[in-house]
Amino acid sequence: MAIINISNLVYTYPGASKPSIDGLSLTVEKGEFVLITGPSGCGKTSLCRTFNGLIPHFYHGELSGQIIVAEQDIISKQTFDMAKHVGLVFQNPENQLFALSVEKDVAFGLENLGMNREEMRKRVDWALNLADIYNLRERSPHEVSGGQQQRVAIAAVLAMQPEIIVLDEPTSFLDPLSAERIFEVIYKLNQEQGITVILVEHRLDLTAKYANHLVVMDKGKICFEGNPRNLLCNEEISHIGVGIPKATLLYKKLKTAGFNVNQQTPLSSDELADQLLKALKT
Amino acid sequence: MITIDNVHYSYASNIEALKGVSLTINDGDFIAIMGQNGAGKTTFIKHFNGLLKPTSGTVHVNGIETTKTSVATLAKNVGFVFQNPDNQLFSETVEDEIAFALKNFKYDKKTIEEQVTWALDFFSLTQYRKTSPFLLSGGERKRVALASVLAWNPDALVLDEPTIGQDHEQKEKLRQFIIQLHAKKKTVIMVTHDVEFVAECNPRVILMRDGKIIADGIAKNILTNPTLLEESSIVLPQIAQIFTKLYPLGLPTDIIDITEAETILLAANAKKQEQLT
Ligand SMILES: Nc1ncnc2c1ncn2[C@@H]1O[C@H](COP(=O)(O)OP(=O)(O)OP(=O)(O)O)[C@@H](O)[C@H]1O
Ligand SMILES: Nc1ncnc2c1ncn2[C@@H]1O[C@H](COP(=O)(O)OP(=O)(O)OP(=O)(O)O)[C@@H](O)[C@H]1O
Ligand SMILES: [Mg+2]
Ligand SMILES: [Mg+2]
Repeated sequence: MAIINISNLVYTYPGASKPSIDGLSLTVEKGEFVLITGPSGCGKTSLCRTFNGLIPHFYHGELSGQIIVAEQDIISKQTFDMAKHVGLVFQNPENQLFALSVEKDVAFGLENLGMNREEMRKRVDWALNLADIYNLRERSPHEVSGGQQQRVAIAAVLAMQPEIIVLDEPTSFLDPLSAERIFEVIYKLNQEQGITVILVEHRLDLTAKYANHLVVMDKGKICFEGNPRNLLCNEEISHIGVGIPKATLLYKKLKTAGFNVNQQTPLSSDELADQLLKALKT
Repeated sequence: MITIDNVHYSYASNIEALKGVSLTINDGDFIAIMGQNGAGKTTFIKHFNGLLKPTSGTVHVNGIETTKTSVATLAKNVGFVFQNPDNQLFSETVEDEIAFALKNFKYDKKTIEEQVTWALDFFSLTQYRKTSPFLLSGGERKRVALASVLAWNPDALVLDEPTIGQDHEQKEKLRQFIIQLHAKKKTVIMVTHDVEFVAECNPRVILMRDGKIIADGIAKNILTNPTLLEESSIVLPQIAQIFTKLYPLGLPTDIIDITEAETILLAANAKKQEQLT
């Protein structure tokens, strides 16, 4: 069943000279893990803003086409109705934080849902622990480090346990091990609870292995879409500035030089290492 | 030259972000500072241009103690790019933002125009010349922040997470530019979580943890030391991960460069083919 259905979307910000989304259609099935990538400025964040109606209801501008998310017609709905369906982690965590304490920021969305105190306490603690910021809960979200701020933004969205989680470069401020842990948590929510995940990322090294649906955008359009493994073998994709994972790149270099390690293109260093071990064993 | 001697810094009585840090940065050094969230990296580098003054200990920039001079004076030597561009950008147009420091330092009109045009072009921002920086995408905003500092060509550059929000192509351009600056004997200090970028740049690497420096060495040594990296919440670069797993084959494990990796693996394959025949 499709949980997101966008057709022929064209969107121009107020005062902008050209559309930021320029004839885009996308279908996301319930339970998918979608990875969106593409050059800086190609419209990834703008697309994310349509999933919960920030575009057009907050940003205004000119829009045509259709956006259906969780059976709601976004264009005729106001954003606050969407909060229980779609959780969006902003690209810039600072824009998402406003409460007096980390804990209050994480609880804010739940309060709005009218959740009872006890249940709320449990959810908030669960999310604080997942993001590893339980010890910061009484601090102001504006008086912590960049990475700590990003964890608060992630925890606030996870706490809501929405049907669809949209994460716009959610780990850009995180140290590498924490980034990996957060991706694992999100992958687990996707696998175990069937939560639909939409992740925007430049670093396919870290994320390609989780996704079953890769979307490559350029200039407001989708230019490639499909299974990550098939797409990342495609030569053309590297021409639009997509960062192919190092393991995939090394595999291709070896193949070109006449060392064909394996039939299947590896997406991660683990996969390539296993293939190399087999190929080079004496 | 920047000399940091036993610096402590507390935001509040119960938050001590730096717990006795000493470091000498020589002119022409190229350093990446890495380490887990909250380790104190941003706090530390804000001492290099006097944005923060030590609670105790001293910081000297070119022989002048930072507590004895103004940020404005220090700013002429040290260009600083913030972690979050929103804390840096304030002008009405991208062009004004990039020209701001140049005007402040009283460059002539022609030089300002040349530098602004160069920076807009280099960072793929020319089409946004007259646009407000606040109406740009996340990656574009970071590039405006970088452009506004690189345009005036400071002797020392301090970059907090320069690759945030950048796609592969922009990162590669930035890498080449930083390498050029290094070749011209400029001082470059970057804080970054981007291990792949560090592996490609090959700078001196300093690891921070819990307000202290815990390691200082060449990239190839630090980035292939799993114990040290784990303590700093860093993962091995992809190439190093591969060679760590290949240890049963008796290949070297301290590899971070893809070209070096390719050479070694092709040689190993040739040797195996030879044995088979
Ligand atoms: N609020 C806004 N008003 C006007 N134009 C905007 C606004 N936000 C973004 N844009 C423009 O729309 C285009 C798409 O921006 P968007 O933020 O969607 O890109 P992105 O793919 O997320 O980029 P990045 O990887 O740098 O975050 C860009 O040309 C950008 O300058
Ligand atoms: N404005 C502030 N007020 C109070 N405490 C702060 C403030 N900024 C940072 N801290 C605290 O100081 C410590 C060091 O923070 P700093 O920003 O230097 O870390 P960092 O290494 O740059 O982390 P990150 O990788 O997340 O950016 C952290 O414990 C943080 O919570
Ligand atoms: Mg974006
Ligand atoms: Mg920081």
